[in-house]
Amino acid sequence: MLAAMTCAPVLCFTDRGLFCPEGDFHIDPWRPVDRALVTHGHSDHARPGHGAYLCTAAAAPVIRHRLGDIRLDTIAYGEKRGIGGVTVSFHPAGHVPGSAQIRVERAGEVWVVSGDYKIESDGLSEPFDPVVCHTFISECTFGLPVFRWRPQAEVMAGLARWWAANAARGVTSVLSAYSLGKAQRIMAGIAPATGPLILHPAVDAVTEILRTQGYALPPATRLAPGVTAKTHPGALILVPPGAEGTSWAGRFGPTETAFASGWMALRGIRRRRGEGTGFVLSDHADWPGLNAAIRATGATRVFVTHGYTAPFRRWLAEQGLDAGIVETGWQGETAEPEALVE
Amino acid sequence: MKRFAALFATLDATTGTTAKVVALADYFRTAPEADRVWTIALLSGRRPKRAVSAPELRDWAAAAAGLPLWLFEESYAVAGDLAETIALVLPPATGDDSRSLSDHMAALAALTDRPAEVRRAAILAAWDGLGPDERFLFNKLLTGGFRMGVSQGLMTRALAQATGMEEADLAHRLMGDWSPATLTFADLVAPDPAGNSARPYPFALAAPLEDAPDMLGPPADWLAEWKWDGIRSQLICRPGSHALWSRGEELITDRFPEFAGLADFLPPGTVIDGEVLAWGAGRPLPFAALQRRIGRKSVPRKLLAEAPARLIAYDLLEADGTDLRAEPLERRRARLAAILCALPPGLLLDLSPDLAFTDWSDLATLRRTAREARAEGVMLKRRSSPYHLGRKRGDWWKWKLDPFTVDAVMLYAQAGHGRRANLYTDFTFAVRDGEALVPFAKAYSGLTDAEFAQITDWVRKHTLERFGPVRRVPPELVFELAFEGIQASPRHKSGLALRFPRMLRWRHDKPVTEIDTLDSLRALLNRET
Ligand SMILES: [Zn+2]
Ligand SMILES: [Zn+2]
Repeated sequence: MLAAMTCAPVLCFTDRGLFCPEGDFHIDPWRPVDRALVTHGHSDHARPGHGAYLCTAAAAPVIRHRLGDIRLDTIAYGEKRGIGGVTVSFHPAGHVPGSAQIRVERAGEVWVVSGDYKIESDGLSEPFDPVVCHTFISECTFGLPVFRWRPQAEVMAGLARWWAANAARGVTSVLSAYSLGKAQRIMAGIAPATGPLILHPAVDAVTEILRTQGYALPPATRLAPGVTAKTHPGALILVPPGAEGTSWAGRFGPTETAFASGWMALRGIRRRRGEGTGFVLSDHADWPGLNAAIRATGATRVFVTHGYTAPFRRWLAEQGLDAGIVETGWQGETAEPEALVE
Repeated sequence: MKRFAALFATLDATTGTTAKVVALADYFRTAPEADRVWTIALLSGRRPKRAVSAPELRDWAAAAAGLPLWLFEESYAVAGDLAETIALVLPPATGDDSRSLSDHMAALAALTDRPAEVRRAAILAAWDGLGPDERFLFNKLLTGGFRMGVSQGLMTRALAQATGMEEADLAHRLMGDWSPATLTFADLVAPDPAGNSARPYPFALAAPLEDAPDMLGPPADWLAEWKWDGIRSQLICRPGSHALWSRGEELITDRFPEFAGLADFLPPGTVIDGEVLAWGAGRPLPFAALQRRIGRKSVPRKLLAEAPARLIAYDLLEADGTDLRAEPLERRRARLAAILCALPPGLLLDLSPDLAFTDWSDLATLRRTAREARAEGVMLKRRSSPYHLGRKRGDWWKWKLDPFTVDAVMLYAQAGHGRRANLYTDFTFAVRDGEALVPFAKAYSGLTDAEFAQITDWVRKHTLERFGPVRRVPPELVFELAFEGIQASPRHKSGLALRFPRMLRWRHDKPVTEIDTLDSLRALLNRET
């Protein structure tokens, strides 16, 4: 890892995260700093303890909900703002509602930090917008050619069929999906609904915030003590990973569980989860998506982070790019075995 | 192929045996007959002749996907399965291949021995017409052998449901050497005229005895014999011919020409269940001697002299052409003893001796001497038991010796395959040799998923060096390994090779300074041989 003192570039890599010396700010830092620019509200990007935060206006309500009383300033997509000797702007990353790539310009030299992103429009998040730059810092969670997503409509149709088949047998469907992004993407994409949608409180809290912001989401019921298979037959319950089998499950009689994640592309990982169906649905770019996004930036230099960094870097280098790795202090370089973090 | 893929998807998505049997039975009732035969063949472990090699598949797939080989290998290391890796990296299909499973199998059979260019073109064309699941299965057919999470017993049960035949008859019908390319479904499930078949009976299997045998009731109800460490086999004598089958349903008659003489003396219509052992000076030779004979289609005279084989008989399944499997073990053994008594001396066939014992502690004492007898432990069979189909708990038990153990330190870790892809589960271990650490064994099983997850986390944080999918780690984590035997092996750095090494437990309590030494393993080696 490079120490802070070796910085001459626009952004450099420190043990707190990406740092811009001229603007005196960090991007998605993982240790407390004075000033943090945050790409989106997922907990590995928006962390507590910073002196001041800057994020898109669309991302702010969820970040506030998660981090409580913080000093938070917002910025519109595409708005340019001078900070110290650099100009920053935020651009849609297509990852989850409100998510952004962060563009940093210093005297005509442009760096872009992708944050988490996906290429395919999910119908809910602001669609990914490629930003031309000299240096691109890209995530590569799914940076191997075994990861190729099917079109969203096809996956949603599969999910809808699974739900309908369960409902027809009098079985309640339980689907685990991240409470910010994936859950709402499924709510919006699975229409027309087979039956009632029920949300685990963690999912419901985020959904309510997004609904208030104006994101178009179908009506749903919060998972509360009176909500049962009797009151809501044929329901689809959306729960965060890990909350599938807890106390409430008994109220719903027979259930079928499924998991929606890019990791479900691998049979070994699907089988490790045992009983249950896996749907391959990710809010990250797949292999063709990563390659297309990188090409679209026109960048000649690319740093990769968060994923299969070593092979992906080598692949990019063989494509003629000046490619490096941002070593991260907080993340394993592949799937966390149990949580399957995306 | 679509129909077969749908069956596979259903089987793969459930762990419940009832649901699996229902899905299979439905398939056996409705799928095209030729596909049923192929499915039965595949599920009973019969491999089609290989039309292409794994390296060819890898090269063709990498080229078709526009990937350098190293990246293909990285992907393989993550997916853990060649067939799956290929199915995933290829670009989406552009055509629609509607051929059935048996069509594909016939096409593949026609490809064997064709020039590489022809085979390559055919495989690429097939890939381009198959959906993701079908492609995975097609690749599994190419790479050979897969079980779809269905045991042969489960498959037989489903087939019995679909055809209305007895499970036991079907199990016998499906044994031995038949080819799905030439046999029709009707032939496969047709009743067999008794007595003229050289097909083995399904082997009865024992369950491991975990605790002391006191729970089994009166010792007098039980027959005890050594659990020999050889090739479990069935010798079938028919008029004018004989056949020797291994438990893996492989015909091994030609590999053991010394048994040809037996067929001349045993009455026709005799089927014996026993163990083939390499034999010298009145007792079994170490398993390593027999190993030299396995896998050799023809046996040079010198090897025949160095590792002569002998059949130790456990059981009599058929006499005078009559199936005896329903008779009590005691009666079958008595008849077996009578037949063997009537043979001239000097034949390579003996009765596996009864171990005399009056109470369970006698037997426990005997069991401790199994190693001296060159046995793996003791078998316990209820004297009244029939010869069961496969493994039925309760009547037959194997009471194995406690394994050898050794404390060793992890040197390298590699990610696992299949269910454990992306967990580090395959480790290389070392013992001390003076100041040095000498790698001597690899093991990949014996720990819980939670332990593997914890070790995976540690490996990621402590990697010193990477060689492809393998990582070198500091010698800090100590494990107790268990193994069944040890033999000299000049191919290995340590000069030793272990049989069935696996991890017994993670020794958090043990510092690296206290692990075992190469000398202590060598001492075991000397005791063993
Ligand atoms: Zn994220
Ligand atoms: Zn992330």
